This record gives sequence, structure tokens and C-alpha cells, in this order.
Amino acid sequence: MNPTSYEPASGYNFAYLDEQTKRMIRRAILKAIAIPGYQVPFASREMPMPYGWGTGGVQVTAAILGPQDVLKVIDQGSDDTTNAVSIRNFFRKTAGVAVTTRTADASIIQTRHRIPETQLSAGQVLVYQVPIPEPLRFLEPRETETRKLHALGEYGLMYVKLYEDIARNGHIATTYAYPVEVAGRYVMDPSPIPKFDNPRMHDMAALQLFGAGREKRIYAVPPHTSVRSLDFTDHPFTPQVFTEPCALCAARGVYLDEVILDDRGQRMFVCSDTDFCEERRASGHRGHLLGEAPAALSGQPAQQEAC
Amino acid sequence: MYVAVKGGEAAIANAHRLLADERRGDRSVPELDVAQIREQMSLLVDRIMTEGSVYDRDLAALALKQARGDVTEAIFLVRAWRNTLPRFGASAPVDTAAMRIRRRVSATWKDLPGGQVLGPTFDYTHRLVDFALAAGGEPEAAATAEPADDSRDCPRVTDLLDDESLIERHDAVADGPAPDLTREPLAFPANRSLRLQALARGDEGFILALGYSTQRGYGRTHPFVGEIRTGDVEVFFTPEELGFAAPLGRVTLTECQMVNQFHGSKERPPQFTRGYGLAFGAAERKAMAMALVDRSLRARELGEEMTSPAQDEEFVLAHCDPLQATGFVEHLKLPHYVDFQAELELVRGMRAAHAARRDAPANNETLTADPAPAREAAE
Repeated sequence: MNPTSYEPASGYNFAYLDEQTKRMIRRAILKAIAIPGYQVPFASREMPMPYGWGTGGVQVTAAILGPQDVLKVIDQGSDDTTNAVSIRNFFRKTAGVAVTTRTADASIIQTRHRIPETQLSAGQVLVYQVPIPEPLRFLEPRETETRKLHALGEYGLMYVKLYEDIARNGHIATTYAYPVEVAGRYVMDPSPIPKFDNPRMHDMAALQLFGAGREKRIYAVPPHTSVRSLDFTDHPFTPQVFTEPCALCAARGVYLDEVILDDRGQRMFVCSDTDFCEERRASGHRGHLLGEAPAALSGQPAQQEAC
Repeated sequence: MYVAVKGGEAAIANAHRLLADERRGDRSVPELDVAQIREQMSLLVDRIMTEGSVYDRDLAALALKQARGDVTEAIFLVRAWRNTLPRFGASAPVDTAAMRIRRRVSATWKDLPGGQVLGPTFDYTHRLVDFALAAGGEPEAAATAEPADDSRDCPRVTDLLDDESLIERHDAVADGPAPDLTREPLAFPANRSLRLQALARGDEGFILALGYSTQRGYGRTHPFVGEIRTGDVEVFFTPEELGFAAPLGRVTLTECQMVNQFHGSKERPPQFTRGYGLAFGAAERKAMAMALVDRSLRARELGEEMTSPAQDEEFVLAHCDPLQATGFVEHLKLPHYVDFQAELELVRGMRAAHAARRDAPANNETLTADPAPAREAAE
């Protein structure tokens, strides 16, 4: 999809939210950038999509979006999942901004559960949708308590949890939403991205913003900030490793989705980042199952040779 | 068998088209119009207005029609619409003592100034399905009476015992301007105004169950219905440029004053305390449940022992909103395959380790096969 502009819907302000609300959200964002990893409470609005479906990310995007921006929206790494399509259409309708699926072309990328494989550059903003912003929530349900723990920098609970994982399993059994320490101070939930993506948050050139609508929190990682996944010296952090390459584009070192092909246990592994995969195929990379994959995955009819 | 991965725009558009078609139902049956819903489903309309936080009967009726009768979905539509409205100020506190009474009952007094007025109530009906209603036909007109001379004089029950200070007073002015839950993030501890606001917008079923739990020993408050009243009150607003209060119109409200025992503490003498409930329209169940929970949430303020969910402000306020609850529960149907993939790898790894341990029992004296205490599966 190439960047294309659309006429915005009438009867609504640019990007749906009124300017007062945007100003309130921008203040929260500025504060969040000033205190990396700190969860800033903000007066989250009721959006025309349900809580838990990206209202926090949508509000952050609406607050920073300008008419010149080019927007990309992904869910599970893909531009084509239903909710990504729906959010992209929302901004196309209410802001009339250009939208794209190409990571490099986007100035703002709203994401759920993934960081794009293509390295982001200065000037880009990555907006994460966050369900539970509090990394300590499942260890301590009370907000009054967790805020106190953050204020005191008291993260013993979290280390005990990780230690118990190791004692029980021999390794840390958290595979996504793996907690990180930001700029040497706040422990932060990176949102439910696979821990595979954690290392790419560190020293990222792009600005990372996190919006949690239902929980009414915004937090941020400014460009080139230290992001360290929590671990122990004798049990260092290890991201997931996939043994095989993408079946469509032969990429290695990327996050793969397992796709079940039939009811006899046949499966294939393909790039979770669909744009990355398509671009590789366009430049001639071919995976071992490219010719046989279902058209809905490969974007081309099965059994047909691409040239 | 192949599971489609891509959700095309055409699929979404067609799903919405099908939804609209199903909403219409059998096209040989006449379509409901908004006025019919507004007039004949009025209690449902009241609930949507209360939890939707907008007093607009036509809007609530339209939302109900669009939502195919799904109350939470209708509340959702109303709230999202409300959110786009400019906020130009706050009205003066409504005076419920000056309410034009449609119903007013007290369980603590046999008779009282203004009298007991049953009004349109399901109470004392026998719940027998009226099969004649299926055939239609007009009910007989309501009975009427000349207004009594003292019909304007209907003081709130809780003001009646003021002289003796048997019932606590509540000084509205001391609270300062009312906070706005929809414009400020909820912070804990919350004050009572904020709690009442959250309860008023809270899901009726959830608040009802919490109120009920206090009656069954989970944070008992020994309640009496001091008074329930339903009727119309005038809303006043003072525009800055005008400098005096102008009437904006009338709204129908239901107010419940619960009167609860309080044994006293070191600082406070024994006294009846109050729980308060208020809802748009005729919404007695909601107002009563809200009053129970309001009183229960005052446990900390009154120095009572806190043992139960209904006394726990964070638990109640964080979970009472119907939209927050439904949104987060229903988001579980969104794709989670990236996280699930990560868990698949983890479980495969642990199963392999488990199999290895089982096959080599000599090396394994202490390790057990505990499943990993994985994080809550999907978020």
C-alpha cells in the first residue's frame, strides 16, 4: 500500500479528539518523556472502540498525529489483522492522513504486541497499545502499593518472582511482557511484545510511547535510552531463538508465527512482520515453501512461481 | 483445514452489513421506531442514560435500537457520543427536596410529611405472565386525584431527625467542586464524590451483587431504607456572563437514602450514618444497591474493620465500569498469536525437559514437574 491521503469525515475534529483533550494528552506524553519509564496518569477518554482494543494507543496517536504524518498500524506484526485494519481506517476516516504498510515510510507506527523487524530511525514514533501498564500488577494488585514501590525503586518482588521461576524451571518462564528497567530507574512493562523484541527497545533511535486507555496511563522511552531486560548475572536474559528460517522469505533472526496448515500436524513458520516479509520477497528472497503456501499468507496463488 | 490469517477489509465490511441485517430481523415484521422504544422500554432507556452518563431519552432509545437491545453496547454508543461534546460548566446541585414526586416510600417511618406515594411500581404485582398483553389493547387510564395542599412539602427523611443529630449530616459545601471522573484519571484513595460518580456509572448487575454481599455478612452495614423517591427536579446553571442561575430543564431522578447503624468510635458518638444512591430515570434497584455500596465503602472513613470486597475501594471502583469490564474481557478474542507462539515454545521446552527428567530418573531426586506459573495467559 502506498501512502495515500483521504478526505476526513465531517462533524469531528481532526483525529477525533478535541484540541483540549489532545493538549491534556500531550502534557502527559511530555511528562512521560521527561521521566522515562514512569507511568503518568492521564484522563483517558471513552473512545468509539472498546477498552482493551487499543484505546490508549489510539489516544496517543490522535494526540501526536499531524496532517503531514504517514501512519502505519500493526497488530501481531501484521498490517492485515482485523483490529489493525479497523484502527487504520479510524484514522483514515477521522484525520484523513496518509497510511502505509511500509515501516520505513511511516512517521508514526501504532503497534500491538510487536516491534517491526526493520530498524526504526530518528524522527519515527512507535506507539504501543498497552493492556496492563503496571509491571508489578500480578505480584501486587493494589495501585496504592505499586505506586509506592515504584517511588521507592523497590523492585524486590519482581526479582523474587524471577528467582522463583529459575528455582522451579531452571530458567525464567516469562516469554512476553518481559519486564525491563528504563534509564537505570523505573521498571516498566514493555507491553505484551515477545521478549524476542526486548533488545530492540534499547538505545532505539525512534521515540517509543506507550498508551493504556482503560488503565489511564501513558509512559515513554525517549530515543537512545537504556532499556535493560531484568535478569541475574548467572542467568542472563535470553531472547527466543527460532531454529528454522521463514518459509516464505527465508529470513533468519526474525520472529516467526507458526501456521497450522491442515489437521494432520502440518505447519509452517512465517515472519510475524508481514511487511518485512513482503519486502524481502519483492527483492528476490525465497523461502522453501513460498510456492506452496496458501494465498492468504503469501499474497500470491499457490503452486505459482513468482518471478 | 486452513485458518485464515488475514482479516481483509471486505470481510469486516460484510460482517457489518450482516450485523445490520440481523438487527433488522424478519423484514416482514414492522420495524421498531425510536419513539416506541423511548416510550415502551423506558426503564431500559433509563439504565442506558444512567450508565451512559447522558440524560437524553431519544439518544438512549436510538442507541438501544442500533445495539439490537444489547444494553452494554448501547451504553458504549452513548458514552462515545458524550465524549465528543464540549463541557461548558457544571450545574448547581439539584435540590431533591423540591422534587415533583412520582413515587416516595420510606421503610423507617409509617407516615411522614408528604406521605408515602407508591407510584408506578412492580412491587405488590403478582408476577404472572399477562398473556392478554400479547394481543395488544390499551390499558385503562391511570387514576388521578386532586393534589393535596401540602404536595410541595416533601422533605427528605434524612433531614427530619436533624435536630437530634441522630442521623449524620452531610455538608456538600465542604466537599468543594465535584470532581469529574471522565476528565480526571481515577486516583486512590478516592473521595466520596468520586466514588459516588463511579458507582452511578457502574454496572447495575455488579453494584447489585456487591450491595447484596453486604447483606450476607461481607461487610455488613445494617441498612434501612430511609427513603426512596422518584420524580422530576429542575436543573439550574449559572452562566458566567449572566451571573444568576437559569433553569435548563427538568430531569427525572431516583434517589435512595439508606440509613445505617453506626456504633460510634473514639471520635464520633453512636449515630445513624448514610449511604446514598442516585440514578437517572426510574432506577430503584440501581439507586438502592448504590447506596449500600456507598455506605460500605465508607468503612475506612468510619474506622470500621475492612474485610470484604464491597469495602475495598480499589476493588470496587476499578471493576465497576461496564465498558472497561466488557472491553477487556472481550479483547481476548483479538489475535494473540505472537504471545501464544512465545508460550508454545516455552511449553515445548518444558515438556522436553520434563521428558528428559522422566527418562533419566537417577539424575533427578528433587525436581518436580511443576507447570510454570506462567503469567496470565492473554492480555
